[in-house]
Amino acid sequence: MIRARQLVKKFKNGNSELTVLKGVDFDVDDGEFISIIGRSGSGKSTLMYQLSLLDRPTSGTIEIGGRNTDILTDRERTILRLFELGYVFQDYALIPELSAIENVMIPLLEQGVNKIDAKKISAGVLERVELKEKFNNLPNQLSGGEQQRVSIARAMGHNPKILFADEPTANLDNDTSISILKTFKELHADGQTIIMVTHEPEYVQYTDRVVTLFDGNIVKNERQ
Amino acid sequence: MLRRKHKEDLGSAAYVGFFLAVRQIRRTSIWTNALVVCVMVLTFLNLVVVSGVLVGLIEGATQAVYKHYIGDVFITPLKEKNNIERSAIMMSTIRNIPGVESVSGRYLSSGNVEADYKRAKKNANDKGNEVSTLFAGIDPIDEDRVTGLSKLIVDGEYLNRNDYDQVVIGGMLLKKYLNFDSTTFPALADIGIGDKIRITVNGNVREVFVKGIVKSKVDEIDRRVFFVDSQFRGLAGRDDYNLGEVSIKVKPGFSPALVKQALIANNFDQYAVIKAGNEAEPKFIQDLRNTFSMLGTAISSIGLIVAAITIFIVIFINAVTRRKFIGILKGIGIRPATIEWAYIFQAFFYAIAGTLIGLLLVFGFLKPYFDVHPINFPFSDGILVATASGTIIRIAVLFLATLVAGYIPVKIITRQNTLDAILNR
Repeated sequence: MIRARQLVKKFKNGNSELTVLKGVDFDVDDGEFISIIGRSGSGKSTLMYQLSLLDRPTSGTIEIGGRNTDILTDRERTILRLFELGYVFQDYALIPELSAIENVMIPLLEQGVNKIDAKKISAGVLERVELKEKFNNLPNQLSGGEQQRVSIARAMGHNPKILFADEPTANLDNDTSISILKTFKELHADGQTIIMVTHEPEYVQYTDRVVTLFDGNIVKNERQ
Repeated sequence: MLRRKHKEDLGSAAYVGFFLAVRQIRRTSIWTNALVVCVMVLTFLNLVVVSGVLVGLIEGATQAVYKHYIGDVFITPLKEKNNIERSAIMMSTIRNIPGVESVSGRYLSSGNVEADYKRAKKNANDKGNEVSTLFAGIDPIDEDRVTGLSKLIVDGEYLNRNDYDQVVIGGMLLKKYLNFDSTTFPALADIGIGDKIRITVNGNVREVFVKGIVKSKVDEIDRRVFFVDSQFRGLAGRDDYNLGEVSIKVKPGFSPALVKQALIANNFDQYAVIKAGNEAEPKFIQDLRNTFSMLGTAISSIGLIVAAITIFIVIFINAVTRRKFIGILKGIGIRPATIEWAYIFQAFFYAIAGTLIGLLLVFGFLKPYFDVHPINFPFSDGILVATASGTIIRIAVLFLATLVAGYIPVKIITRQNTLDAILNR
């Protein structure tokens, strides 16, 4: 599903250059639930940004579903993100003016799904993440855990091939974090491919494979 | 699973953009919305009212000339003549033309007015208290029907048909009523109602009493002395009944041009110059109107640029503070075009709201108010001129400025790197 080769990502900081990814090779198969772990600054989030097409690597190639993404224009990458990828951000990243259901509807509407169907699909996904009673709540009327569940629903609503989660439990308490991870586990059980970045070693038990980064290199790649 | 097809057309982006815009406006603080709408209202007023008042200043003067002097059709002697020949027949014909509401014929003659004339002159250079002016012999009732002259009396009384040796004198002939001190406009000093003045017309000298003082913002009226026509004919030697000018008022809904045509059909154009509507308007008034219109447009243009910059700043600040969310929208696959539409719709909402409130203020309050209570400018009663076509053009210009000012800032933000926007870096 994803095939990344020799990924290098450098950042310029004034006259100096910082290499965050140093030639990473990375493959993801259909239906896998992968956790990427590592210390702060190891390059785990940077790797996920490259894989999820939110950023372009300095060098190296990324194929998604057999398609070379390096040659895609920004517009084509946006469309690919819309149809095939889903994102769960660390800080939920909900649009504050949109209610829970509207946040989930947005990618569907952008895909061209009509409003009635988009609402129906969004309601179904929100029910699945146990937010049936909070459809019309604005993000600021939801708890952190509820906001993250809306974020998961938004990432899932348009049925993406791959779901990316960037430290989805970082701002949540332990019970809520476990509840979110269980939701991911259920999605994975239904065949969803998930790539999750986390800095909590105890949460990797929910995933199939653990990829450990250190100083811009993959140092461990273990199936569980 | 529903079949989902990505519609990449403009309509799809506009649809989702509208969805976003409506919710952003609805859930933005009411004070923020009110402030932006307020800016748009002021911009609209600046566009419409500033030029409207400037044009209205001239329009007020022009309207006063038509209302109190020229009427709807104005007849004057041929270029080489001093009077209109066959006036009596013409007047009789005019009264029978359908659509004529009233008509007033004026006998005109220049002459001299003296006050304080019993005082002995001090020396050869003492010009005394006198002015040269134009005398008009009128039928008080007919004149009042056409020009409403009686309503312009500011002191004393208007003339009656039976008045003998009484005159109404224009305010510009009296120092007391002159707004300025100028040797260009010599005026009589110390003259009031009931005072006796001596007039000299056509070599005839007569003492008369000042019955009323007329003051308008039409110089032709304010620099005349009005007599009852029956008295004046003898004084001016107009036994032929030939008039100096004729003003015709046409009934509402009737065309002054048709009255003119009827007069021409009766060959009166061989004896007089007949002008209908704005044909009688002096060219300098048209030039003044165009000049003030250009001036108004220039001032409005500056206002429009200020408004465009204001809208730009408002949208830019809005977009910059929401940069992270714009990044997130792009991150989850929302096209920049959709986001741009969302901001354009917001800008349009503010423009529409501002325009509607502005229209309500202009046509529901300001215009009716100034029609009834004109602005008292020294030389005219300024009204607010806001035509439908002029207003539509200004609205179109405002919307165009809004479109550009709303689009550019959001375009700047959506062009930025998606990840940088999401991470606020």
